[in-house]
Amino acid sequence: MTAADYKKTFMNGLLKENPILRLVLGTCPTLAITTAAINGLGMGAATTFVLVCSNIVISLLRRVIPDKVRLPAFIVVIAGFTTIVQMLVKAYLPAIDNALGIYLPLITVNCIILGRAEAFASRNSVGLSAMDGLGMGAGFTAALTLMGGIRELLGNGTLFGFPEGGVIPPITIFVLPAGGFFVFGMLIWLTDRLAERLDANAPKDKPAGCAACPNSAICQSAVPEGPAGSDNQEIRLETSSAGKGGGLS
Amino acid sequence: MENKLVVSSSPHLHCGVNTREIMLDVLIALSPAAAASALLFGWRAAAVIIVCVASCMASEYISRIVLKKPQTVGDLSAVVTGVLLAFNLPATIPLWQAAIGGVVAIVVVKQMFGGIGHNFVNPALIGRIVLMASFPEDMNRWAAPLQGSLVVDGLTSATPLESLEQGGELAYSYQQLLVGIRPGCLGETCIIALLLGGLYLVVRRVISPLIPAVFVGTVFILTWLLGENPLVHILSGGLMLGAVFMATDYATSPINPAGKAVFAAGCGLLTVLIRVYGSLPEGVSFAIVIMNVLVPLIERATRPLPFGEERRLPKWLKR
Repeated sequence: MTAADYKKTFMNGLLKENPILRLVLGTCPTLAITTAAINGLGMGAATTFVLVCSNIVISLLRRVIPDKVRLPAFIVVIAGFTTIVQMLVKAYLPAIDNALGIYLPLITVNCIILGRAEAFASRNSVGLSAMDGLGMGAGFTAALTLMGGIRELLGNGTLFGFPEGGVIPPITIFVLPAGGFFVFGMLIWLTDRLAERLDANAPKDKPAGCAACPNSAICQSAVPEGPAGSDNQEIRLETSSAGKGGGLS
Repeated sequence: MENKLVVSSSPHLHCGVNTREIMLDVLIALSPAAAASALLFGWRAAAVIIVCVASCMASEYISRIVLKKPQTVGDLSAVVTGVLLAFNLPATIPLWQAAIGGVVAIVVVKQMFGGIGHNFVNPALIGRIVLMASFPEDMNRWAAPLQGSLVVDGLTSATPLESLEQGGELAYSYQQLLVGIRPGCLGETCIIALLLGGLYLVVRRVISPLIPAVFVGTVFILTWLLGENPLVHILSGGLMLGAVFMATDYATSPINPAGKAVFAAGCGLLTVLIRVYGSLPEGVSFAIVIMNVLVPLIERATRPLPFGEERRLPKWLKR
């Protein structure tokens, strides 16, 4: 493993495969808690911790965990780290705990973490998996903080709790759910354009369907038409639920 | 001979009416209410209308250029949206907020979904709802009418529906409500002007009277059944404005008479539910927007039967 590999894995999560803005995973906490920038930062930090730790442990155990029960095994590891984070936040940052509420324990079922465990940590070395967790966590944190910042600034007239000086009158709808969806859609559009511009090798004709997903290279269910057997079908169903994570979790 | 037989798909005949003419008719129909609003609320009402129209037209013009699509600002649909948006705002609203409403209506609701004919809900109503959610204080400050130029810092009072919601007595006579001498949004108060415009649109066959009639009728019957004063419910709030000008928008209302009736009855039902049982005093805008979203389903359920075909009933209806 060269340093370039590590760097590439880290940068991957920041923009090209940003879990929120490119893979559109974990949208539920994204929409729910980004009413303030500090919430986004707290949620991002907590999730990054769980992501890095669970990626390391799952990568260490990847030859031990039997394939058939890997999803329950992953979830147990993730839930363990989520519990640790929850207890730490409750003890030392009660304000953040209050703001994040139910979404803190729900990190367990955040599909980014399960998705990275399935798609990356269970088939890569420990170092690379840790790097992937860091990159994905950084991308998640950046997206959440940006979205929280925009919504807080426009909707409440503050940024990280500090008033911006009364230049922009608060537009309440930005801190309401409708504004959350609006800002989310705008950010997805902007990152899509940005990633397109930065990627010089991007094909002129955009692929459609499964091939258009940034995850398609590592997603097992993206493999076209296998032999139609019941056994095969079962595996494909399993991986698709893990690899793609299914929108709102 | 060969060259004279052109094979093309329908329609083969065109009556010559285009979008611009229809929108011009709507603008003519809106003008009595616009004049009434200027008489009732003074220059401030005219300023709100002008700002909304300018904001809508600029948004339409710029977004068509940015999207690299053919320019459609000339079809006047943006002007109609602007006037309707202004009619849904109180006269005291800060002008920059009115401008934001225009941008939301045209850019977010209309152009992002493909421009005229592709908006899935009424743009002007979403503009109003976004402003209501964003600036609740400014959107609920009602100037009393006939104060001349003092509207901005003059007397304010509750709308008839607000005082009913708070259990108060109605302070306005039916005549006052008909002429529009009551606090409220710009264009909604003068019922006579709105009916005049609606009559013009029906005579010019721009709208069918079915949606306004069923909408208002449903509200009348339901409020009467619920023991409210049906006349007050019809003559106050945004009901007439909504029924005549907003619910009849082509892109967001059903095509067939049956569909129109279902749509309008649904609007009336939701309006009454929000007014009588909801926490808001007025619900016409939400009722119309919710029914707008249901229009594709209504269209599917009321699709006319091709000649000679039997209606396919769902299994549970057959015996």
